[in-house]
Amino acid sequence: MTKLTYLIPLFPLIGFLVNGLGRRMVPKSVAGLIGSASVLASFILSVLVFMEVRVDGFTAQEVKLFSFIKTAGLDIPFAFQIDQLSSLFLLIITGVGFLIHVYSAAYMHEEEPQHYARYFAYLNLFVFSMLLLVLGANYVIMFIGWEGVGLCSYLLIGYWFKNGDYNDAAKKAFVMNRIGDLGFLLAVFWMIGQFGSTSFGVIFPKVDATAPAVLTGITLLLFVGATGKSAQIPLYTWLPDAMAGPTPVSALIHAATMVTAGIYMIARSNIMYTLAPITPTVVAVIGLATALFAATIAIQQNDIKKVLAYSTVSQLGLMFLGLGVGAYTGAVFHVMTHAFFKALLFLGAGSVIHAMHHEQDIRNMGGLKKHLPITHFTFLIGCIAIAGIPPFSGFFSKDEILMGAFAHSPVLYFIGTFSALLTAFYMFRLYAMTFLGQFRGTQEQQLHVHESPAAMTVPLIVLALLAIVAGFVGVPEVFIKDAHWLEKFLAPVFAASTAKQGEHVVSHSTEYALMGGTVLAILVVMVYALKKFGNYSKTAEPATGFARVLENKWYVDEIYDAVISRPLRGFSVFLNNVMERSVIDGVVNGTGKFIQYSSRQFRWLQSGQVGSYILIMVVATVVFFIIQIFGK
Amino acid sequence: MSITEVLFWFLTALALLSALMVVFSRNPVHSVLWLIAVFFAISGHYIILNAQFLAIVNLIVYAGAIMVLFLFVIMLMNLNAEAEPQKNRWLWWAGTIAGGSLMLVIIAALKDTETKTQMAFVKGGDIGLIQNLGMVLFKDYVLPFEISSVLFLSAMVGAVVIGKKD
Amino acid sequence: MPINYYIFLAVALFSIGVIGVLTRRNAIIVFMCIELMLNAVNLLLVAFSKMHYANAVTFNPGTTTGAEAQLFVFFIMVVAAAEVSVGLAIIVMMYRNIHSVDINFLNRLKH
Repeated sequence: MTKLTYLIPLFPLIGFLVNGLGRRMVPKSVAGLIGSASVLASFILSVLVFMEVRVDGFTAQEVKLFSFIKTAGLDIPFAFQIDQLSSLFLLIITGVGFLIHVYSAAYMHEEEPQHYARYFAYLNLFVFSMLLLVLGANYVIMFIGWEGVGLCSYLLIGYWFKNGDYNDAAKKAFVMNRIGDLGFLLAVFWMIGQFGSTSFGVIFPKVDATAPAVLTGITLLLFVGATGKSAQIPLYTWLPDAMAGPTPVSALIHAATMVTAGIYMIARSNIMYTLAPITPTVVAVIGLATALFAATIAIQQNDIKKVLAYSTVSQLGLMFLGLGVGAYTGAVFHVMTHAFFKALLFLGAGSVIHAMHHEQDIRNMGGLKKHLPITHFTFLIGCIAIAGIPPFSGFFSKDEILMGAFAHSPVLYFIGTFSALLTAFYMFRLYAMTFLGQFRGTQEQQLHVHESPAAMTVPLIVLALLAIVAGFVGVPEVFIKDAHWLEKFLAPVFAASTAKQGEHVVSHSTEYALMGGTVLAILVVMVYALKKFGNYSKTAEPATGFARVLENKWYVDEIYDAVISRPLRGFSVFLNNVMERSVIDGVVNGTGKFIQYSSRQFRWLQSGQVGSYILIMVVATVVFFIIQIFGK
Repeated sequence: MSITEVLFWFLTALALLSALMVVFSRNPVHSVLWLIAVFFAISGHYIILNAQFLAIVNLIVYAGAIMVLFLFVIMLMNLNAEAEPQKNRWLWWAGTIAGGSLMLVIIAALKDTETKTQMAFVKGGDIGLIQNLGMVLFKDYVLPFEISSVLFLSAMVGAVVIGKKD
Repeated sequence: MPINYYIFLAVALFSIGVIGVLTRRNAIIVFMCIELMLNAVNLLLVAFSKMHYANAVTFNPGTTTGAEAQLFVFFIMVVAAAEVSVGLAIIVMMYRNIHSVDINFLNRLKH
């Protein structure tokens, strides 16, 4: 089966080519069918691969497709690595991807055929790139996928390209990604210089013998790439703006898959991060800070998608916290559960937006419980899951990360828990303002609000089921001994790191106490939020003071604009006026003018005066003599 | 200093002085006369070097025929002390400097050669005598000699054709 | 007589001729300076012929080593004579046309 791994990314690629090149010819139903079927085929193959991988004693396999770059000192093959980590991500990407494709077929039905086909082409291209990213057996193939998902993110955010603001958001996403990519590239170059190769199989054994300073440098640069791709401080501001794209895109790319690329990369490079002295701390601190920061912004947002966007940033921060404290399995676990409930929440939001005829402000919603029963129920499940209330999946994964944080330092644990409380607060605020209370929309909307078609609600139901049960693959030791199936499954990938980390054991009693306390606090916050926003009535007064700061996202975008964009623009104006006009044009035009001038002077030689001709003859003779005699 | 040397230096001075006067005279007729003086000086040098034939031929052909021809033409054009309006002083200086540097460069070129010890055989030597010259001319170089007569013929024809008034 | 003296004399005469050619504007004077140059060369050739004769005569008293140079001088004179006749004919023609012998008027080469 592993020999046929190349088919997994191949199907979406074919889907992309067919839908992309034939977008004017393919009717809508066929486009949706091709798009979804290709991802389904990849999913089936991923399941087969998974079946092979989960057998005990499976060792990582490298499948080389062809020689990509081969020079004297450097060999970069186009190869795929099949192991537990990549097969898990394959399942997540293709599984959730397929559900979202089906959902999109109904959500995007208002589009014209060629744009509809274009949408599915981009979506398939995205799945292809993401699969390359997780399947790559070396950092270069990973980077190809990395760039590819960035490109598709740009294409899809700016899908409705006729709107200038959306295009700006797309550009912002791409440029910020690029800044991170520079860090990634520098790390790759450093690795080539240090290890002579970019293949995982070559680098990871050599990491033991490498100087810690080198490892710190490489890992920090890789992390810079991760901050760009996975929207951490300081490169996170593109993600909320990326909500300009269609909601299924937000679900797939900016919740479930692309933004987890950074997590995957660090999880893959776990041995380097374990051995580097400073980087894990940096990763944990930035992750935690981002989690807290984004959560504070989310509590004051009024656009349903923006709340979810900031929630994504916050949850990603939590995942990076997990990676930073060495809880690699926990972080990957949270990737999986987050993919389920975040996609569920986004798709639910899409259903609401669709029903409310593209209304996105939650102050104008309310009381949708009666009108959208399935959406309401699945959304509620998603909220409970993300808040971390047992026995839903979010609880298990979040708890594992927080326990890992506690083992490192209680401070990390408490700040993490605080952001979890904020998460519960804003999620239930969102839920309450959207589904509970009185309907605050217009008469027009009230007449047309209805539940979404099956193509949209079935994926919601499937995801809700997954959000409920997914937690049970990772039951921690406190509850049942030896039941953490995910940890056992991923153990070979993280073996080297776990060996070096040593045991950070938290006593069972402490763990029970912390767990219980946290869950209690979350429940209290949930009830508080429901009470406060359950009967929300629109107040016309604008937010004041600290709330205003939060609503305006701590003015980070404005700070970036003033500190970075304006000086750069001023610099480019300077370059244009001074360098371009005076210097470069001056040189080029000056050369032309000089040639004209000198040729005008030379013209005087041809005076027609015999006398001057003879003079020149004599002078030339003298010069020749001089050269001949004194030039030896 | 022997007579020969004195004569040599005197003739040298005469030649140089007359040449300068040729170049710097205002009146063209004066220039012609100074040029004749140069030719006499050079013929004197030939005699010192015992190139008797050439000395005589120089006088007859150059001073006698060619300079007379020049005088005819000058008289024909009635060129008296012409006022050459010196419009281009710069060109004058350029010319003088160019010529001067030519002299300097050639002298510099030759200063290192082994000519310092070579001597020209003065006051003797048979090769300048007409008899010996004639022998070499008619034995080895008779072809150029004949062709030079053709040259003269063509020059004559050419001069007549150019000068015809029609 | 050291050959150097003859060389310097000939070079001096030659460069005076060059100065004359470059400086004067009367075509006839220019012509005369050309003749001056030719004569300088002639003088030098004769001097060289006697130099070679001087070198050769110590070995072989009956030698005719330098005769070629003097014959060369003879031919130069031949050529000079022919050249003068044709040149002066041209100058006369020029005078007939533009009534002046100023060489600066001869700028037809420009067109």
